[in-house]
Amino acid sequence: MEVTISTAELLTTDGIPLKQSLRKAERRNKLRAFLLVFPLLLFIIVTFVMPIGDMLLRSVDDSQINSVFSNTFDEYKNWDKEADELPPEEVYKSLFFELANGDKRQIGKALTRMNYAKSGWKSLIKKTTREIKKIVKKGEEPVSYKDTFIKINKLWADPTYWYSFNQMVSERSSIYYWNAIDRTFDKDGDVVLQDEKRRMYMNTWIRTFKVSIYVTIFCLILGFPVAHLLANLPLRYSNLLMIFVLLPFWTSLLVRTTAWIVMLQQNGVINGILVWLGVISDDGRIQMVYNEAGTLIAMTQILLPFMILPLYSVMRVIPKSHMRAAQNLGAKPAMAFWRVYLPQTIPGISAGGLLVFVLAIGYFITPELVGGKDGKLIGSWIAYHLRTTLNWGLCAALGGILLGIMLIFYWLYNKIVGIDNIKLG
Amino acid sequence: MNDTSQSFVKFEKIDKSYDGEVLVVKNLNLDIAKGEFVTMLGPSGSGKTTTLMMLAGFETPTNGEIFLDTKPISKIPPYEREIGMVFQNYALFPHMTVAENLSFPLEVRKISKPDIKEKVQKALDMVELGNFGTRFPAQLSGGQQQRVALARALVFEPRLVLMDEPLGALDKNLREQMQYEIKHIHDRIGITVVYVTHDQSEALTMSNRIAVFNDGVVQQLSTPDILYEKPENSFVAKFIGENNTLNGVVKEVNGSSCTVELDGGFGMVKALKINVNEVGEKTQLSIRPERVSIDSSTSGSNNFSGKIEELIYLGDHIRARLDVCGNNEFIVKVPNEGSFSHKEGDQLNLSWDSEDVRALDI
Repeated sequence: MEVTISTAELLTTDGIPLKQSLRKAERRNKLRAFLLVFPLLLFIIVTFVMPIGDMLLRSVDDSQINSVFSNTFDEYKNWDKEADELPPEEVYKSLFFELANGDKRQIGKALTRMNYAKSGWKSLIKKTTREIKKIVKKGEEPVSYKDTFIKINKLWADPTYWYSFNQMVSERSSIYYWNAIDRTFDKDGDVVLQDEKRRMYMNTWIRTFKVSIYVTIFCLILGFPVAHLLANLPLRYSNLLMIFVLLPFWTSLLVRTTAWIVMLQQNGVINGILVWLGVISDDGRIQMVYNEAGTLIAMTQILLPFMILPLYSVMRVIPKSHMRAAQNLGAKPAMAFWRVYLPQTIPGISAGGLLVFVLAIGYFITPELVGGKDGKLIGSWIAYHLRTTLNWGLCAALGGILLGIMLIFYWLYNKIVGIDNIKLG
Repeated sequence: MNDTSQSFVKFEKIDKSYDGEVLVVKNLNLDIAKGEFVTMLGPSGSGKTTTLMMLAGFETPTNGEIFLDTKPISKIPPYEREIGMVFQNYALFPHMTVAENLSFPLEVRKISKPDIKEKVQKALDMVELGNFGTRFPAQLSGGQQQRVALARALVFEPRLVLMDEPLGALDKNLREQMQYEIKHIHDRIGITVVYVTHDQSEALTMSNRIAVFNDGVVQQLSTPDILYEKPENSFVAKFIGENNTLNGVVKEVNGSSCTVELDGGFGMVKALKINVNEVGEKTQLSIRPERVSIDSSTSGSNNFSGKIEELIYLGDHIRARLDVCGNNEFIVKVPNEGSFSHKEGDQLNLSWDSEDVRALDI
């Protein structure tokens, strides 16, 4: 029998190419699927993607001050810091006119920005502007703008003020990111450590990591047995236990956090019981709250369900016969657990671990309330700059670093375990 | 074979209860010889799996003792019993490859690496999966997984292999093929096998002896042919193969045979006296469908007639459902010799030999 192998395109019964016909048939389904998710997609773009994008732009954006002092900054870049102790006359001249003629509101904004770079700028410029305006009113033209400035205020002869311009002279700058890890630019524009009294973020970053890792580990240690029990108890007991696990979800975060304050404070329930039992003396009450320990305890309790639930969902589907089979094959229970059970829970461990870690690293309310001075995490700084100093660039940089860390973890996780292995429920 | 002095596995007066109220297994006494293939057959909830789990060490007997090679094993944990087991859903470890699954029992026994490799390969070759060592269980078909489970249960050379409905998840053709394969492996390596199933044809195909379980009690323990041809009680008669029943009362006892008057005044039947003792006792008669002959006026002491209710053509034979002596579920298998011309509604003359009728309990 002769067999002809056709290399031509497959056709439908009506003679239309099969692929084209299939595309046509599926176009409708695709459109329907798209329309179904469209409202949510729009919502996410407007409320999530755009704000985050805007915030991330702010972390590298210095355009406002550059538009206010554009001439001054241009002249400033010509200053040879090795040769002259102070900037050339041109810088002073440009600044003179930009302060004299500039829009008051824009200058005000720029001053706030300048104060982030070096405190003292705001009052110095305000005083100077008043004097400059007087000079302009009188119609005098100064012989030396530099001398005029220094006459108005001695600080204009202090080069450290001028050096701080380095942090602001480019429209796109990484200074906020450097600031977020206690670094700044020196007079040559090189990255250096901040002054000792202005270093505050690195310690917080380290603490944030430490607390997040500890919380993740504690949650795993506490959550693993509970999840195992949940997955193996008869249904009516496991349902009851599940309610206890989920109970925290149904109470307000604020209530739970303040409850921990009641429990842990020096005159609180736990100290009271310990004193009553005679474990500690009345003067030896333990400080368990308003410090790192308080943050750790409260965060572990609050984040525990996020570890238990993914673990539970993974453990529930591991057949009980696996442990039996392992023992039947000669493995002692501990060995059977280590070689057969534990490896199968890894998707749950990693999902729970990643979830708890990511939540912990950006946690705010609980550390703010129970953390005291040395239990605060990086979220507190973000909130502080967002509401109090209005230094949104720094806020955005801190948040951007946080986001970056999470993405790195996500990438690492995907490399090591594979994101397909994640199992949340 | 039944000599207790050489029994390899011995259940002695085993009782098992989970809740202290209901006995799942009652007074189980069972001897299994070395190299034997014994099947525990019974409906679900009859205690057969519980018995197997007690032997494997995952359940403890409430009373009695199990002996393996004359040593009591109740106190020995499962991991020291050296008993291989094939689980219902195979229980292959999904995170290990086939070869790793097979080396697991050898690794925990601290066998040297080259030996492990050799044994694993031998076991894989035995189940004809020599090239599948690097695959994961999820990449195998049901039948292949089944074979891996079998190989894993045998690879560490256990004293005894238990199988808990190992073929339950396979489709019919594969199941039959695997039955023969397991049987051949058993013949080849001569290991003792205790097999649990609820499928009677599986039990008949594979076993040396079958223990029929019901309600926690072994109803009969015997070879497949005796179970089928000489059931000792009505449960076994009904559970193994197809069975016609007629109810009646014993009228006369004569040595090993008896005469039974059928309920409803349909007449007298001569039968073997199996599970009845005295005159006046109620009894259930059991006749296999293939032992009933039709239209043969010459034979037998028991002649009856029945109306054809339903005829089913099955190729090699015709299955006729008749109404005989008030039982309208009476089945007769007529060999397809081309001469059967009756229609539904016709009356048939039936007869059977008194040797083929067994008077059992009711």
